[in-house]
Amino acid sequence: MSRYESLIDACGDTPLVGLPRLSPSDDVRLWAKLEDRNPTGSIKDRPALWMVRAAEEAGRLRPGDTILEPTSGNTGIALAMVAKLRGYRLVCVMPENVSSERVALLRMYGAEIIFSPAAGGSNKAVAVAKEIAADHPDWVMLFQYGNEANARAHYESTGPELLRDLPTITHFVGGLGTTGTLMGVGRFLREKVDNIEVVAAEPRYGELVYGLRNIDEGYVPELYDATVLTRRFSVGTRDAVLRTRQLVEVEGLFVGFSTGAVLHAALAVAHEAVKAGRRADVAFVVADAGWKYLSTGAYTGTLAEAEDSLEGQLWA
Amino acid sequence: MAIEVRIPTILRTYTGGAKAVEGSGDTLADLINDLDAKHPGVRGRLITPEGALHRFVNIYVNDEDVRFVGGLDAKLNDGDNVTILPAVAGGAFAFAAVAAMRGHKG
Repeated sequence: MSRYESLIDACGDTPLVGLPRLSPSDDVRLWAKLEDRNPTGSIKDRPALWMVRAAEEAGRLRPGDTILEPTSGNTGIALAMVAKLRGYRLVCVMPENVSSERVALLRMYGAEIIFSPAAGGSNKAVAVAKEIAADHPDWVMLFQYGNEANARAHYESTGPELLRDLPTITHFVGGLGTTGTLMGVGRFLREKVDNIEVVAAEPRYGELVYGLRNIDEGYVPELYDATVLTRRFSVGTRDAVLRTRQLVEVEGLFVGFSTGAVLHAALAVAHEAVKAGRRADVAFVVADAGWKYLSTGAYTGTLAEAEDSLEGQLWA
Repeated sequence: MAIEVRIPTILRTYTGGAKAVEGSGDTLADLINDLDAKHPGVRGRLITPEGALHRFVNIYVNDEDVRFVGGLDAKLNDGDNVTILPAVAGGAFAFAAVAAMRGHKG
């Protein structure tokens, strides 16, 4: 059935496609879950829809209300669509170093944007967000980093879809941001599949992003539970760009850079399985397509140039 | 032979500004003790008084999070690359937003 009553109803049930050229062997196969095939083009449609529904059911959100969300892009775009169709106003607070396509998209969907400065940004961004929240106590912050409905979206939809389409799954690899995808899918698969490996790929950005004043200012999302994961990799910009380009060159799949980071980790565990002589079906998440990142220039030129153009940007 | 350790900006006060230093040790705990001998004080920023890895510190051996490969007991070999990073999941912006929310709540 490919007919839906409205755009929101078309969220999820995304294709899982094999990657025969990148897979190391017939016994060790890679599978890509195409989350760019969601209504606004990213995996964030799932948590956006689940979080809004949960807030409606709890009576926190009523038609005409304003949603305020700190987001570096995809969640904002997803929320903007859901807000439009459900009758809410959306205000996004986002850093000015995200790509211009994201800003254009958000404005097109009707969201209002408040920028926080990129450089040395944390202190100023804190001040901006504090000010907004204090001035508007009636606005609703869904807060994806701590909202259980974010992880639940993947426990109830992404996870079951993966198991339905790939009952022989041995590894799940996803990107680590809010941690919602890995927590939700990981918990579901751990309940259903013996010895499932749940592998996190975490983007390692340029130094600017880690510019805290001291360690105690660090942050781990409230949703994160390390016991759900079996391994966690840190993937640098160069490896993420290399894999992103490899995916379109070898398999014709045009993805954003966070997916390149995820593929890097997926290939690492796949090649370990080959060495150990084990069969493996490795499913990984394509969080979004590459369109929104074309303006970075990182799809062309040398790897060093690409790395430079992404330095200081939140590319995932 | 040695292990290269990449130091985050906020800990470079201990390394005279160096982005990377060399150390040695059979385990991560040994390596951190060796680093502390050469750069006094750095251990206290990575390890809690109870002897655990600090909650907001992530350490990677050859790009893999040590918490999943034995933690402080993780085995090291010459030529390994160790990266120390503060935890800023979701990027600096996530951190900023959370701090803002905490401020709002409090």
